[in-house]
This record gives sequence, structure tokens and C-alpha cells, in this order.
Amino acid sequence: MLVISCIKQVPDTTQVKIDPVTNTLVREGIPFIVNPYDTHALEEGLNLKDRYGLRSVAISMGPPNTEATLRKACALGVDEAILLSDRAFGGADTLSTSNVLSAAIEKLGAEESVGIVFCGKQTIDGDTAQVGPGIATRLGYTQLTLVDRIEFLDLKRNVIRVRRKLEGRHEIVEAPLPVVITVVRELNRPRYPTVPMRLAAQETEVKVWDNSVLKLDVETVGLKGSPTWVSKIFSPERDKGEIIGDGVGDPEGTANLLIDKLLSKDLLAV
Amino acid sequence: MAINHSLFIPLFVVAVATFCFSCYQRLQLVAVGASENRFDNPAERLAGMFSYAFGQKRVLARPYGFNHFFLFWAFMLLLVANGAFLLEGLFPSFSLAALPAPLHHGLEFLFDIVSLVALVSVAIAFVRRVLFPPAYLGNDYTSPRSGEALLILAMIATLMVAFFLLNAAQIAMGQPGNWKPVSSAIATFLDGFSGRPLESIATVSWWVHAVVLLLFMNLLPRSKHMHILTAIPNCYFRSLDKPNVQPREEFKVGNRFGVSKVEQFSWKDLLDSLSCTECGRCQDLCPAHNTGKPLNPRRIVHDIKVNLLDNGSALKHGDRGVVPLIGPQGEGSNHEDALWSCTTCGACTSVCPVLIEQMPKIIKMRRHLVQEKARFPEELLNLFENMEQRSNPWGIAPSDRGKWAALLGERPFKAGETDYLFFVGCAGSFDSRAKHVTVALATILDKAGVSWGILGREEQCCGDSVRRLGNEFVFDKMAKENVALFKERGVTRIVTQCPHCFSTLKNDYKQYGLEVEVLHHSELIAKLVEQGKLKLPKQADQGKIVFHDSCYLGRHNDTFEAPRAVIKAATGKAPVEFERNQENGFCCGAGGGRMWMEEQIGSRINLERVKEALKQQPDTLCVSCPYCMTMMEDGLKDEGAEQVRVKDIAEVMAEAMA
Repeated sequence: MLVISCIKQVPDTTQVKIDPVTNTLVREGIPFIVNPYDTHALEEGLNLKDRYGLRSVAISMGPPNTEATLRKACALGVDEAILLSDRAFGGADTLSTSNVLSAAIEKLGAEESVGIVFCGKQTIDGDTAQVGPGIATRLGYTQLTLVDRIEFLDLKRNVIRVRRKLEGRHEIVEAPLPVVITVVRELNRPRYPTVPMRLAAQETEVKVWDNSVLKLDVETVGLKGSPTWVSKIFSPERDKGEIIGDGVGDPEGTANLLIDKLLSKDLLAV
Repeated sequence: MAINHSLFIPLFVVAVATFCFSCYQRLQLVAVGASENRFDNPAERLAGMFSYAFGQKRVLARPYGFNHFFLFWAFMLLLVANGAFLLEGLFPSFSLAALPAPLHHGLEFLFDIVSLVALVSVAIAFVRRVLFPPAYLGNDYTSPRSGEALLILAMIATLMVAFFLLNAAQIAMGQPGNWKPVSSAIATFLDGFSGRPLESIATVSWWVHAVVLLLFMNLLPRSKHMHILTAIPNCYFRSLDKPNVQPREEFKVGNRFGVSKVEQFSWKDLLDSLSCTECGRCQDLCPAHNTGKPLNPRRIVHDIKVNLLDNGSALKHGDRGVVPLIGPQGEGSNHEDALWSCTTCGACTSVCPVLIEQMPKIIKMRRHLVQEKARFPEELLNLFENMEQRSNPWGIAPSDRGKWAALLGERPFKAGETDYLFFVGCAGSFDSRAKHVTVALATILDKAGVSWGILGREEQCCGDSVRRLGNEFVFDKMAKENVALFKERGVTRIVTQCPHCFSTLKNDYKQYGLEVEVLHHSELIAKLVEQGKLKLPKQADQGKIVFHDSCYLGRHNDTFEAPRAVIKAATGKAPVEFERNQENGFCCGAGGGRMWMEEQIGSRINLERVKEALKQQPDTLCVSCPYCMTMMEDGLKDEGAEQVRVKDIAEVMAEAMA
């Protein structure tokens, strides 16, 4: 049985600035990282591999340099890494991305049954949290989002029970396989690659599937298959605050001032 | 007195054969270690061997060392006496009397006096061990009154007593004793005896001397007194560089990384383990051991030895050992908590009289844990990822690295135009407190007319922490990138404000072919003071200053004077010293990557050091390292002693110039 982790290479957003003139991301010289949530998706795939002997596969859609991200996955121990890359896939929104990923998962499933697909809950560049649910919808898999714990995986009955982390509460859900699970950071602690694995990963083959392999209608992928249209990106204006009180000279009075201010803005409840 | 040669000869042959066999067995064990070149620079090695082994340089660093010095030299001289003694036992015709009379008499006199020296030294050692043992002699696997230690002392004493009785009896029987003052004095007590009893005393003494000598010889290779045989070669094969610069590793598929089995240590590591004299000085100085951590550098060496002996026969036959080198506490195994407790302060390596390299062995085992097992305290995961992704320990955006210089204007390094590359370091660039030191140093350099420039966002972490933590793979990448960058930018002189950057760039990067002048800011400021380039209109009033030595500046680079000179120039008086200072200084607790780890076992190292500082009732605690700065400030807060300010030497100097 396969456990598939979908990962994305993203710009290190802490280092991204927005060009004030063109309102576009300044990507020059910005290093790429694995989307932080996806590292947890990857880790959980590896955990299930270790515990249940599933075969772990990492897939990523992106330009050819995404290979670096997949090599990192190899260094962590995935059995197979597949890069979905084709000029036709470029400029994709979440719909056409989930089309490509679903097609790849379907193709993998034709060879060996798919049990679980892990995705990060969202990426730090797009922040839509739509691709995981999109894959579940396209493939007709059960959708389990915001999972922070795998309660158990029963391979005899083909069910999985997970805990979802919701606002102010948890929800325990059981579902038949196959499932798409989107994960939050609390799920696990990603492992660190060993050096022998890193060195081996340098020589591992990262398969590249382009559209001649996936055979998708070009109208459903890339820019053409993307109904979403970004009209503008900008940094929100932030009002500079004011400095009130004298924390050194009058700490008590200043603390009172602060509380009054917070109360007046309805940020504190009495 | 007639010696029964036919009885002695077979005894001698058996004793020598078993001794040689034991030594051969031990040497075979050393030979299972990995290869390492410790044969270069024979002249330097010989010189060091004379100074450390024959000169007992480090033994003498402590007052009691004199006793060992006398015992050592008595031993060396009596080797000749005992050689002659054995030859007399083997060959009826052999006698030192065949030598020219002045030489013969000189030797007789020397042996007589030296034997007394040895006897007195042994008596002192015995009294010290039994009545006044220093705390560091004992630990969880041995005690000052250990049977082995006392047995050896008793054997040496017996040898000396037998020697004197033999000589005294012979003098009483009429042999000339003019050149044996001690034996002659004893002979007067034998006046009452004559004839056969004297003969018996002589014969019994001779045999006691002979048997104990042969037993002693056989005990050596099977006890901690193996050091008598190995200490001298161990000094010869010492690390010629400061031992905290570890050998590089080659990152190739199929290689092993670090040490998880005793046979992966180098032969020199294994020789070290057989050379430990169990003096306990490393344990005495170790900050981890002193604050209740499971690390004891002496125990590391001991456990390697026990592991080697236990697994030895299997290893010699190419099989695997059964006792794990890294595993739960137990003789022969090193606990992971012990390995992670090391601050790499280098106190152990700098105090060891026989130049054992304790700390590097810890790093080798860390290398295995990090690189082959990815097993380390969980706090380090973030550190490693931040280092790899953003080349600084906090994971702050590299584009922020040069921001501290905003007030000073653009100061890029330009080859040929700027004298010094100011390698600011991660703390100096990102840590809000350390940034004050960065600005202070920049101001000093500007006022002294020294041109300097920075690499700004191109600067990367030097990799000190990752290397000491055993993440050699990441360090290797960082070092290669930094060295390439320095070469590409035409850097020839570097000044740092962090001893860790300083030591790494200066010493570790030599392994990567970087040969440039690297100065710690204390050295550069001291030099500017000396050249009269700093105008000091007022003496900074910092009250009473106590100066804390940074391990990576002091012990690892022998820079003790420069920071003190800076303080003296700025304030007009020399700083007050800690009880433990300079070579004996006590770590702040942040070296070796400990800066980035929780300190959950035992008491806190920085508190121990802060308490020591407060004994001097200082107004200012002066440091020369951003890690020490953090640790001392935190410690003072915890101790409720925030009236004491922590300042870097650059800040003290900058205030004097203001």
C-alpha cells in the first residue's frame, strides 16, 4: 500500500519582500525551502512507512529546480520521489494544481493501491489551504483536514482514525481508506536526515513525469486551467502606533494606561 | 653473598616473556584503531616530549606535581640501577665495579640518594592518598585509596627498602660503603649482626627486590600504571595543533561518520586511553562535571579503555565487540547525556599532564550520533535547520545581517581599499545586546583610522557551533563556502568580535586552505593602543572590573593578555581576577553548541561562574565574547545581582574614548 506525501517548494517567505512599484514578489536571491507544513506531511508518511511497512512516495509539482526539494525527501527516507514538471503546468492555481497531483496519484494507484495522501494544511506562499481538499474531491477520497494526531491505522479493516485540531476543540474522526489528510505542525516532529542518506539521495533518481506521462487535457492544467486571477499583490499599510507613558519612571501608571487603552479598543474583556 | 643464578634465570625469562606478551597484547589493541598521521615534525614532537614527559611541564603546574617529578626522575635513574641489578642476577661475572672507579662511585652515590628520594616521595604519596586526598582523585569508579594505587606504592617502597637492606647488609659484612651514605647509615643499625644473619638479610633482600621488581614490571601493562610505559610516547604523538580542531571527514558514499565503535577511534585515541594516569585533573576542572552533569572527561577515557579491553579479543580477530561504546551508563559505555554535556571549553585537554585529548573523542562520538543516527537533543533540530537554511542560529532572514550598520552608512569590504574584513558574526549581527559591541568596535576602528568593511548579507555563519556539535557535514559546506567567498573577495586580514568566529576562521579554516591574518578584536585594540593610535582623553570609570576569560580566546588560542591590556589601557588599572582564571578559567557554559541547548541536568554552569564573580564584589563583569555576555547577564539576573553590569572590552574602550 502506498502513502503519498505531496510537497511544495516555496520561497523562504521570511525573506520575501514586495516590490513597492510593481507590487510583485521580489524573488531574486531568495532561497527556496520545503513548505514547512509539508515537512510534517512528509514525516507522517515516513512514520507510517516505519510503523506499518507502507511504501512512501513523495510527489511535487514545480519547475525543474524542485528536484532539490525532492532530493531532501529522498534523504529523509522516501522510497520514491516524483517530480511533476512540464511547461504546460506553469502558472497553475489551486484547481489546476490539484488536477495534476490527482492525475499523478491516480497513475501511482494503478500500480499499487493508495492508502493515504498527506498534504500540509496550506503553503506559506499561497496560504489557500485548497490543494489538499481539491485532491480529495478530484479523486473521491475521504477528506480529513487539520489533523494533529493519527489515532490508529487499521490495515485489516482499511480504516484510519485521526484527531482534527479545530478552533477550541478537537474532533476524532474515523474514515475508510483511501483518504487525503492535511496536517498541522503539532502532528509530529520532522526528522533530520542522516549523512549516509543525504549522500545516497544525491545519487537517487528523481523521476520526472511531464504531461506526456500524465496525458491531461492542457485546458485543465497550468495557467489555462486556472480560473483564479490575481489582480494585485500589495503590502497592507500599517499605521504607526504612538508611545504613551513612561515605563521606566512610572511603571505602575504606564501599566494602567496600557490597560485603559486596550479596554477602550475593546481588546480586553473586563 | 652468592646469587642462585640457576633459580633466577628461569624466573627472569618467564617474567620478561609474560611482560612482553602483555605489552604485545596491549599494542595489538592500539593497532585496531584507525590510522592517523602523528609522525610529522619529529623535531617539534621530540622537543615537546622532552618538555612534557621528561620535564614534567604540566605535572609541575600544580604544587603536588613536584612529588611526581622526583618520583619520575628517581625512576629514570633507577632504571640503570635495576638494569645492572638484573644483569648481576643473570651473569655471575657482571658488576658495575668493572667501570672506572670514579664513575662507579658516582653511580653508587647517585643510586643511594635517589632511592631515598623515591622512598620519601612514595611515603608522601601514601600519606596524601590515605589522609589528605584531594576530592578529584576519586570518582564513581575509583578512589584515592584504591587497592591498585596503594599496591603500587607499597611495591615501590618495598623495592627501595630491599635495596637499602641489601646494601646495608653488604656494608656490615665489610664491603666499602663510602659512596653509599644512606645505606651506610642503615648499616650501623646492623652492627649487632654478623656472619650468617647478615648473609641471610642480604640474600632475602636480594630476592625480595628481584621478585617485586619482576612482579612490578608485569603489573604495569595490566594496570593504570601502564602510563609508565605509554606516557612518554603519548607526549611524542600529541596533537601539534590545538586539539579542538578536529580532523575533517570525507563525505563519500560508503564512508562512516564519527565514532560509534571503539575501533573507529584512531590508534592515538586508543593509546590515550591506555595512558591515563587517573590523576583526576581533567575531572577537577570540567565545568560539566563540576555542576552535576553526567560527563567526566576522565570517565570518557576510562570507558574507552574498558570498552577496548572488553571487546579487544573479538576485535583482534576481526569480529564485532559486544559492549556498546555509546549506550546506557555502565563501564565501557558512554552515556549520550554525557556526550551532550560537553562545552568543548578545552580545560581537560589543556590540563592533562600526558596530553590526552578527551574532548575530541566526545566530538567524534557526537559526529556519529548526529550524522549517522540523527539523534540529538531536540532543541538542536531548529538550530541545524536554521543554520542550513539561513546560515544563522536563530533563522533570521540573511538580508537583515548588515542592518546594524545602517547608522554608520554603507561599509562594504573592498579588496585593496579596506584593511580589514570585519567578520561580524551571527551574534554581532542579530543579537540586540551583542550589536552594541559591534557598534563599539566599529567606532573604535573608525577613531583609530583603521579602514574596515563588512560582507553584509553575504556574510555567513562560521559554523563553530555545528562543528562542535558533531554536524560536520553542515560545517564542511559552510567552511567551503566561506573560504571560497573570502578568496573571491580578496580578503587578507580579518577582525572578529567573537572568539568562536575567531578560532574557527583562524584554526579550523586552515584545513580548508585559508591562510589569512585573523585577529580577535581584543588583539587588534591592544595593538592600536600599543601603537598609540587610540586617543584616550578620559579613563572610563567602570568601578571594580572582574575579567572573565573566554575559552575560545584564552585556552584555545592562548590569548590571555590582550583583553587585559585593553581594560588596563581604558581604565588605568588591571582587572580583578577570578579565582579560576586564564588557563584554569571556567567556561560560561555556552561553548560546544551548548548555547543552543537547555541545561536540564545538575546546576547551571553560568550560575556557578557568576557566583565566583560575585565573590570579588565587582561593579562590572567584563567579557570578550557574545556567548559569555549572554550567559553572564542571564546568570546575574538569576542571582538578583543586576547592579553588576556586563560589558565587552570593546565597550569599555569605546567609553574611554568618548
